[in-house]
Amino acid sequence: MRKVITGNSASAYGAKVSRAEVIAAYPITPQTSIVEKIADFVANKEMDAKFIKVESEHSAMAACISASMAGARTYTATSSHGLLLMHEMLIWASGSRAPVVMSNVNRANGPPWSVWADQHDTMAQRDTGWMQFYCESNQEVLDTIIQAYRVGEQRDIMTPSIIIEDAFVLSHTAEPVDIPDIGVVDKFLPPFDPPSKVIPGEPYGYGSLVMPDLYMDFRYKIAESMDLARDRLRQVDRDFQKHFGRSYGGLVEFYECEGADAVILTAGTAASTAKDVVDKMRREGKKVGVARMRVFRPFPYEEVRKLAKMAGAIGVLDRSYCFGYAGPIACEVMGALYNISDRPPIRSYIAGLGGRDITPEVLERLFDEILAFKGKGSGEEVKWVDLKGLEGL
Amino acid sequence: MTTRKAAHKDLPRMPITTIPSTKVVTGFWRTFRPTLDESKCIKCRICWKFCPDVSISMTDDSFPAFDYEHCKGCGICANECPRKAIIMVMEE
Amino acid sequence: MAKATIPEEELMLSGHVGCLGCGATLTMRYVLKALGKNTVISVPACCWAVMPGPYPLRCLEIPMLYNAFETTGASISGLRAAYDMKGRPDINVLGFAGDGGTADIGIQSLSGAVERGDNVFYVMYDNEAYMNTGVQRSSSTPYGAWTTTTPGGTTGDWKRQPKKNMMEIMVAHRIPYAATASVAYPEDMVKKLRKGIDVRGPKFYHIYAPCPTGWRLSPDKTIEISKLATDSCIFPIYEVENGIYTINRKPAKKVPVRDYLRLQGRFRHLGEEELNRIQEAVDWDWKLLLRKEEFMKDM
Repeated sequence: MRKVITGNSASAYGAKVSRAEVIAAYPITPQTSIVEKIADFVANKEMDAKFIKVESEHSAMAACISASMAGARTYTATSSHGLLLMHEMLIWASGSRAPVVMSNVNRANGPPWSVWADQHDTMAQRDTGWMQFYCESNQEVLDTIIQAYRVGEQRDIMTPSIIIEDAFVLSHTAEPVDIPDIGVVDKFLPPFDPPSKVIPGEPYGYGSLVMPDLYMDFRYKIAESMDLARDRLRQVDRDFQKHFGRSYGGLVEFYECEGADAVILTAGTAASTAKDVVDKMRREGKKVGVARMRVFRPFPYEEVRKLAKMAGAIGVLDRSYCFGYAGPIACEVMGALYNISDRPPIRSYIAGLGGRDITPEVLERLFDEILAFKGKGSGEEVKWVDLKGLEGL
Repeated sequence: MTTRKAAHKDLPRMPITTIPSTKVVTGFWRTFRPTLDESKCIKCRICWKFCPDVSISMTDDSFPAFDYEHCKGCGICANECPRKAIIMVMEE
Repeated sequence: MAKATIPEEELMLSGHVGCLGCGATLTMRYVLKALGKNTVISVPACCWAVMPGPYPLRCLEIPMLYNAFETTGASISGLRAAYDMKGRPDINVLGFAGDGGTADIGIQSLSGAVERGDNVFYVMYDNEAYMNTGVQRSSSTPYGAWTTTTPGGTTGDWKRQPKKNMMEIMVAHRIPYAATASVAYPEDMVKKLRKGIDVRGPKFYHIYAPCPTGWRLSPDKTIEISKLATDSCIFPIYEVENGIYTINRKPAKKVPVRDYLRLQGRFRHLGEEELNRIQEAVDWDWKLLLRKEEFMKDM
């Protein structure tokens, strides 16, 4: 069924066609239309699920973890401060090996108060042991929910996932989306069948105290699954193509990157704008490209190294800042390249925070900057794009 | 990416505990040891009922039997015994 | 020779690491005897999260899910929803938390679960302080008590606030069933939990569970102190069914509350004036409870 729907609606449909059984969620702008849509589905029996209308995001995640441990497929959705409140439980979910799937609408954190697009909320959760998927279109939002369940629930993975959509740019913008038939999804996504469940008859403790002799080993098991997930995600994206006729380039989508003099590497919807700019600049004879980091966790270091061999210079555009050395994606990209030879110069760009538009004009200017530092050093390694001050008002 | 030693493959994905705590000996915590004066015991089961360490076993018509592997010697049984049939004796 | 007055089956094992005379373990033992094997328990950070000992040890004959400190209410809602989805509404879902995990950090998620009317059991085993972390005051610590964070010092900085009344908070949620119980009266506790099996919706149990270690009490006195708590009316045994109060134990003669307090090192510093003040407060609360029971009879 093809419908023109928003990213939030696509998220709700993603949970529906994946047969999520327990949903626990709390409203927050700009996520609210996801939970409203799911409430409608459940109220109209279009979806066979229990929707726990919890009193906070913290409880939403706690309820999802327990339901998942009991063997139910679980889903929740949040944004910004809701995600920040969940932080403790995100770590609890990955430690519990509960493959919860969550939608997060990327929204700026306050103060200053802002409800607009910014990736600081999810970037601040990068160390929680969740897979992170940054989407570019509403179709990808829906499809990635299905892919995330398929990978996350595999017995040697058992890892939770965040499916991410930029606030308003996707969440409240309608696009044509193909909503797959639930029977077709059933053939791609088997029922959730964890290795063990919290259920009477199995009188075990789940999540006990572990002494220093074994704690590291349990943490290593999470790391091991996250490492395994890289290849599994590439594979599932290929299988998805066979099954549904769509794929998203695995972990990193390369757009005109081969032999490019300048590449912008970014995550989320800015990549979509950048692709248009690439088309324009290519017509003008400039060799530019875009690498869209679709999966940030597990970190796609192999793809990043591949990009380093393809591109003459790289600008990493982060829609958030981590108050460290450079943008969060930039830091990890630079880290992944440190031990290889012939790496290109890299500059970290911080842009579009708090919902400021990342326009084609801005991106074209950045491409020109990157072209200019190709073959030299990047000079200014970290650059905040277009700080304005009161003059900007 | 990095070279790692294989983790314990025999560990479950998370700490799922399966070994009953009865394997753990807690009797050495004890300073005082409950002992029974059978002549006074009326088999009322009060000691059994109030044992926080599940260390008194008895049936409706048996005398209480203390599990010294696990009894920590709290003395609730002696304190609650209506006939003062349980005497706490200092461990040697 | 006498018949057992509580179920014979033991679903809590020996070898746990509870302190001598631990009231929290007695609570668990009785609660599980009442609810039986078709039960799943969710336990937050509290004494009971360490009671089984470290991995790979367990000390319950039912599944035990460890949860985060403030999440018991949400955790049992999640379990309930999952079992209902899987066609298992028969499973007893039990949250089992201490007073800190209930009256302080966990009160939000508990309030959420009770307000939603989720079909779950919730036991607050009340040892009147954060005992697992070494006796820090909670909102359930009674007036006048010493704890490591109400140390008295040179300024008399004992706990200066009355104990939070969780039963009234639950009743204000229009909870279908709420009851107090005590380790001194296991038959009453078992009866109340069994009653809960037939109640659809949330069931809340405020259970008096002495901590000899934290109360500076001789460990053999756990049951004795519990009886004194009820006989002095500082911890009355009652239940509230759909708003109707029933007092289950009315002492023929009220024991002076000082007899209760004097057995415990945590109240050793209290002088005459304070003892009288506590007695007045206990008398007031008891009178109020009697009036509520009386008033409800005509409803």
